Amino acid sequence: MKSLEELKALREKMRSQTDNRAVAGSDETVIKVGMATCGIAAGARPVLTALLDEAEKRQLHNVSISQTGCIGLCRLEPIVEVFKGGQKYTYVLMTPEKAKKVIAEHVVNGNPVTEYLIGNN
Amino acid sequence: MRELALNILDITENSLAAGAKHVSIALTADFTADRMRIEICDDGCGMDEETLAKVTDPFTTSRTTRSVGMGIPLFKYSAESTGGNFGIFSEKGKGTRIFAEYVIGHIDRMPLGDFGGVVLQLATMNPSVDFTVTVEADGRKGVLDTSEIKEILGGIPLDMPEVRAFLKDYIQENLVSIYGGRL
Ligand SMILES: Nc1ncnc2c1ncn2[C@@H]1O[C@H](COP(=O)(O)OP(=O)(O)OP(=O)(O)O)[C@@H](O)[C@H]1O
Ligand SMILES: [Mg+2]
Repeated sequence: MKSLEELKALREKMRSQTDNRAVAGSDETVIKVGMATCGIAAGARPVLTALLDEAEKRQLHNVSISQTGCIGLCRLEPIVEVFKGGQKYTYVLMTPEKAKKVIAEHVVNGNPVTEYLIGNN
Repeated sequence: MRELALNILDITENSLAAGAKHVSIALTADFTADRMRIEICDDGCGMDEETLAKVTDPFTTSRTTRSVGMGIPLFKYSAESTGGNFGIFSEKGKGTRIFAEYVIGHIDRMPLGDFGGVVLQLATMNPSVDFTVTVEADGRKGVLDTSEIKEILGGIPLDMPEVRAFLKDYIQENLVSIYGGRL
């Protein structure tokens, strides 16, 4: 059974590791997932989880993923906003599969997945 | 909403929008009595009496992007459609408490769904808010207190992958295991 004692051991282990995660600079990608009633009902939670899992799997250290309120386009939820290279990209009608593709193609390789962008929906 | 866990997430998002610094979420099940209860309590900005009287009506909202608030009416309906109860109490400047009670075996009761995943999401994605989550059933009780976790971690963020993995298991073993697959 996981206990708080184990957490103390984890803390010691993490403190002794040199942290190269905190290097987020100007090349940081910020990802936001709309998490109001409309987003939640449309499936925003599995999309958020897929983004987090994919970023973790690929060990992406310069990506920050968070949730936000209603983006104002309830019909197009789940919505994911990606802020990269000084630009904002709005992905609509997202699914966990599409989210993984956005991480792979846009966040990692720098090519926005145009077919999921708002202009095309 | 197809899972009560999503209603819990949604109602808690209201607490976060209300500037809460502490939110408690309590899930209690009494299998003998065939009843379960969800209660969410926050120390956010609260509501005045006029707003409070209107929030269960799906034409009230303080949001600016559309005029209809759906979160509270959906939560209320999820309970009342099972022959259960719903209640909301709020005081301006103090906070808000919302509860919903369900008849577990009622055909219209939505499954609880991924409660553990919702708790993990809330705890890791809102670093400046403390959550106390309790689950109680069959005389067993489990608690997650994020302020206690943060104190132990001493500045290491909860969304670090290693910490998130620990919390995922901790929530599974200390909270979800209490009701098992029964809700
Ligand atoms: N915990 C809370 N503290 C303070 N005010 C609240 C709280 N919960 C709800 N409210 C008020 O009640 C209103 C209605 O809430 P409800 O969740 O039904 O709709 P909403 O949040 O406005 O929109 P959505 O449909 O995205 O949930 C909110 O806009 C807010 O003004
Ligand atoms: Mg709401």
